[in-house]
Order: sequence, then C-alpha cells, then structure tokens
Amino acid sequence: MLHYLNIERQILDAMVNHARATAPVEACGILSGEGPYVMDIHIMTNGDNSPDHFSLLPEEQFAVAKAIRANGEKMLAVYHSHPETPARPSDEDRRLAFAPGIVHIIISLADPREPVVKGFLLDDGEVVPVSLLISRSVRQAQDGMVKA
Amino acid sequence: MKIIVNGEEKDVAATTVTGLLSELKIRSPEQVAIELNGDILDRNAYEQTAVKEGDQLEFIYFMGGGHDAY
Repeated sequence: MLHYLNIERQILDAMVNHARATAPVEACGILSGEGPYVMDIHIMTNGDNSPDHFSLLPEEQFAVAKAIRANGEKMLAVYHSHPETPARPSDEDRRLAFAPGIVHIIISLADPREPVVKGFLLDDGEVVPVSLLISRSVRQAQDGMVKA
Repeated sequence: MKIIVNGEEKDVAATTVTGLLSELKIRSPEQVAIELNGDILDRNAYEQTAVKEGDQLEFIYFMGGGHDAY
C-alpha cells in the first residue's frame, strides 16, 4: 500500500498541462514506475469526453498496461482533472474505484492560476490521503544524491 | 493447465473466463475488462468463453469517475 508517491516536477507539470489543454473536458491518464517512484506518464483519452465524467478506453488501457510491464514498471496511479471543482474525490470517484492499491490523483483547476494536485487511496470506499513528494528528478531521489 | 495472465504464468483448473475470475479471486470481477490472445472480450461472453492451455489473458479494471456539483 503506497502512502506517498515521489513525482518528478516534469511529470507533475505534464499532468497539469494536460488538464489545462483538455479543459473544460476532464483529462485522465496513468502514472507508472517502481514502488513509490513515478517514472512515466501515460496520457489517455477521456472516453466520456465530458466536463463532469471520465473513463479510460479499454483498448488504450490494455496497450498501456503491456507497455508498462515491458518497461519493468507497475501502474501506480490514475489521474484525472476536476476543471471547476476542488481536488477531492467525488462520490462517483469513490464508487468507481475498483482497482485495489491504485493511487487516485485529482488535479483541480478551480483556480486556473493555482492548480491543486492531490492524491488519495480509495479502496473499499475509504478516502485515505496520499502525499505527493515533488522532486527535480525521481532518479536522483532514488539515488539519494544530486547530479549536475 | 498453464496460461499467462497479465504477463505471469498461472497453473489453473478453470475452463471458462468466468471460472478463471473466480479461481483467481479477482475482486469486483464485474468491473474487469479482459483481452484474450489480443482480442477484447464481450463482457456478456465471459461465461461461454473457454480458456485453453497457452492462452494469454490481460485483465484491467474499469477506471472512471467524475465530479459532483458543489
């Protein structure tokens, strides 16, 4: 069970940019990596193409699941945006969280100048906050050293 | 019978996709989409779809949500 994720600034920015580019429609995607370290972002199509709902397209999800495995990584998180509401899980987010142990990241654009990004575990309908640690480089965070 | 599920070899007794979901104790099986040897299965066909030696299956959970009106 992951209680924090370590995310590179570049990947955080990519999620926020995706949310901004897709608004007013909700954006969605997958983060993969090893343990708490997010290594890759997989931008997905919102099959609902809606400002209120999102769903991943199974054909895209199958392809990404295989690509993640081929890279020796695991799926760590699914992200989606709330274009006009706060970064907290909705009743629908909780009800539709079926994949155990996956972190749900919500990007709120309620204040477009100050996006808010938060993570949660939603297993069994419970909402458990997950800390998102943002670093310049996940690989540096793993190594515990800073490279030039 | 040996099959591959999400890249891992499994030795199973189930002969249908529904039986396999049960044997592998997959949580919320009604929310799982399945690819069998590269083809996405119709959810209504799980009961009738046979699983055979050497089959490659991918299981994914439906992922979706939305936001409430505040």
